Amino acid sequence: MPEGFDLVVGLEVHCELSTATKLFCACPNAFGSEPNTNVCPVCLGLPGSLPVLNERAVEFAIRIGRALNCEVRPAVFHRKNYFYPDMPKDYQITQYDEPTNVDGFLELRDGSRVGIVRAHIEEDTGKSTHLGGSGRIHGADHSLIDYNRAGVPLVEIVSAPDITSAAQAREYVSELRAVLVATGASDGRMEEGSLRVDANVSVRPAGAAELGTRCEIKNLNSLRSLVRAIEHEAARQAALVSAGGVVRQETRHWDEEAGVTHPLRSKEEAYDYRYFPEPDLVPLVPDAELIERAEAAIGLMPAARRERLVALVGEGDSPGLADQVQTAIELSLDQLVLDAVAAGAEPRLALARAANEAAAKAEGARALSATAFAELLGLESAGTLSATQSKQVLAVLIDEGGAPAEIARRLGFEALEGGEVESIIDEVVAANTAEWERYLAGDEKVAGFLLGQVMKASKGRANGKIVAAALAKRRG
Amino acid sequence: MTLLGRGVAGIAAAVRSKEASAREVLAESLAAIEQLEGELHCFHTVMAERAEAAAAALDEKVARGEDPGLLAGVPVALKDNMCTKGTVTTCSSRILENWVPPYDATVVTRLRAAGAVVVGKTNLDEFAMGSSTENSAFGPTRNPWDTARVPGGSSGGSAAAVAAGMVPLAYGSDTGGSIRQPASLCGVVGVKPTYGLVSRYGLVAFASSLDQIGPFTLSVADSALGLEAVAGHDPADSTSIDRPATSYAGLLEEGVEGLRVGLIEDFVSEVSPSCAEAARAAAEALGAAGAKVEEVSIPEVLHGLPAYYVIAPAEASSNLARYDGVRYGLRVGGPDVAAMNARTRGAGFGKEVRRRVMVGTYALSAGYYDAYYGQAQRVRTLVVEAFARAYERFDVLVAPMTPSEAFRLGEKTANPLDMYVSDVCAVPSNLAGHPAVSVPFALGAEGLPVGVQVLAPALGEGLMYRAAAVLEQAAPPAARGPVRPGGERRA
Repeated sequence: MPEGFDLVVGLEVHCELSTATKLFCACPNAFGSEPNTNVCPVCLGLPGSLPVLNERAVEFAIRIGRALNCEVRPAVFHRKNYFYPDMPKDYQITQYDEPTNVDGFLELRDGSRVGIVRAHIEEDTGKSTHLGGSGRIHGADHSLIDYNRAGVPLVEIVSAPDITSAAQAREYVSELRAVLVATGASDGRMEEGSLRVDANVSVRPAGAAELGTRCEIKNLNSLRSLVRAIEHEAARQAALVSAGGVVRQETRHWDEEAGVTHPLRSKEEAYDYRYFPEPDLVPLVPDAELIERAEAAIGLMPAARRERLVALVGEGDSPGLADQVQTAIELSLDQLVLDAVAAGAEPRLALARAANEAAAKAEGARALSATAFAELLGLESAGTLSATQSKQVLAVLIDEGGAPAEIARRLGFEALEGGEVESIIDEVVAANTAEWERYLAGDEKVAGFLLGQVMKASKGRANGKIVAAALAKRRG
Repeated sequence: MTLLGRGVAGIAAAVRSKEASAREVLAESLAAIEQLEGELHCFHTVMAERAEAAAAALDEKVARGEDPGLLAGVPVALKDNMCTKGTVTTCSSRILENWVPPYDATVVTRLRAAGAVVVGKTNLDEFAMGSSTENSAFGPTRNPWDTARVPGGSSGGSAAAVAAGMVPLAYGSDTGGSIRQPASLCGVVGVKPTYGLVSRYGLVAFASSLDQIGPFTLSVADSALGLEAVAGHDPADSTSIDRPATSYAGLLEEGVEGLRVGLIEDFVSEVSPSCAEAARAAAEALGAAGAKVEEVSIPEVLHGLPAYYVIAPAEASSNLARYDGVRYGLRVGGPDVAAMNARTRGAGFGKEVRRRVMVGTYALSAGYYDAYYGQAQRVRTLVVEAFARAYERFDVLVAPMTPSEAFRLGEKTANPLDMYVSDVCAVPSNLAGHPAVSVPFALGAEGLPVGVQVLAPALGEGLMYRAAAVLEQAAPPAARGPVRPGGERRA
């Protein structure tokens, strides 16, 4: 943060709910289908069609609200009116001044609390692709619209302006994502757009009580861009104010490549959304039974799970370990680690494989048999499989299931007999006499080369640790 | 007697008993349309082929001994703002001139299930905005009693088609009188049911909190059947009332003995002498049949009209936003999306629709919302409360239906406010969500039919029909259809 200024950030997070169907119709809520296949008269907003609220979406929204310590209230849906081609009715059904969830908070890992103003239910829009020209809506030759996403249920979580640094913003989103996944209401995937973040950023002279004028930053597609955009925007506003300028309240677009924000529209030309109560829906008054059902479905929260995992693997002193813990929590892979350890796996190895390798296939990994996972880790710990081999077996295990030892055999990873390793080393020594002499003379720089040659000759079947030990033994 | 002349119940009975086939009934209807349509212009689309196939299928059903349904073989016309799968649904607008819905409205599904044969889609004021059917992009409908006069609106095509004997049953939608006012002007029975009694799914929305579908018929008994066939809970409409459907036919003979009836004097003083006289005479007729009749003042109802003309356009401005040229309907190209939107809407919407979209947009705008939309909603609450107090003292209310007999084409098109006043007695029922019926009761000073309105509390259709049946008995037969163009009685 530039000298002499305080940063104030509030975040609006749009979270797609992982319901089977859309918010107001029975169309599948699925990512990646052929364009315009998951559509019907309702989500296309055809004349005469009417919305019917998805009760499951309401339950999911309440789970999120309760997990964020919100009060659950009777709510009224409103229409937010503005013209946009990917919005079929040219209004969005959302909650306005009477949202379902209000007044909560999220506690971050460092113990700080960020207030949650509201977490309301609304429908998503379709998705436009602008072709030709600039690739943005202005200047494109033509646009294609996919309405599969139109009507997908969203919960918009609006934080209080309690965030004071880019790092804290990152921490907030990362913890929030873990909470959302833990509730089972969302898969929390930023890369697929199921979690979308807008940042309201303002600066004020250090220590000042009054808030500065804020800008809303859009197009933040990753935690990395969130941090970069906030840092850039803070610097931009601070420089502007320092130079005697005034920050205009406006919406700004984060340009990831250029690393800058630029204005989309200012408040003067902002839309007048003409909110009014949606006459096609009745007020949403969740009964006690629904709220209880939602609360009962919320899993153990990330903070408690983190505590449990750290107790298992220890605090450690490397930042890598803490990152692995966080990844496992965010992706809900901690239960797998716990179960694998209970089945005899080595805790830190289990965590490392879960957070580094299984994470790439998190959905499959969550369904992985802990016994099979523990068995694989056992083979790795015993040196029967090298780390590289173990990772390959794990990938197959997640995709196809089965027995790790059998998969290893199929991949040709049967550990080489001791004699085979020795004979391969013989061949390598014979073919690389100069390097071997240098190695014997104590030149450690060629050790890696020789190891690599042996591994190559074994076609990857040899265990690197065993080969290294065998080489060292020959040198004596 | 013709088959059509037997009315809804008579036709269904004849078809059920195989005395007549659905195809014979349909042939009479199509012949009447063929003969009269040129003069009256009731229809946008006549679905002769589809109707013939439906009638043939129904006859086969009867032949197989299956139950052909409540409306077996009854030819039915639908206001052209109800979605019909595979058949163009225009809302009398250029913007939907060629739009073919991929789905049926719930009422259409229910009518087909009840054995009705849909013969066509009728003319209306564009998007149901108007009181004369002159706001149709495809030309006005003419009143069969006098073809120089309007049939009323917005459901003028449906009202005139029943009045001229083209079909025995037609459906319209009533947002602020759009069924009852044309029913009155055409000498037929028109009902706006309780809000939520008939599904709105597939009815192209004008003002969602007010719109309600209802039947036009020549008799009260036919109306009761026509309503019964389409009423009942629909999970596809969240505002639909979750309550088992009721049959009204059995109630019609019950009379009004002992019922407490209030004549709303605030409306009586607002209308022409003929219309006022008809309402007074109707109250007396109910008294003569044993009801306890009193005059009652409900001054709040006169504030209904201005409140209505804020709320309805506000909702319409949002409901009609989707006609933007992007997905369906008319598209007029432009250099960018906003220009395309604007040009499409400018070219596709008629003057009255544009006026209401602008009024509604203004009423919802930041800084004006509370003074207009908010204030109108508060007035709406006052109207609801005033009715609630009145219904503590009365079972049903009686009032004039329209300020005048049918007016001439072009007479009120120059000044929209003159036209808006046509709805003054009608809109309070929409604001309250209550049922009301217009029953033909007299011939006015100009020799044209004058309807009288019976209003009832929510879900009071039974009481409403009982009173309407008594009025029907007391009214001179000359006051109701069917008539040939020019007012000549039809056989």
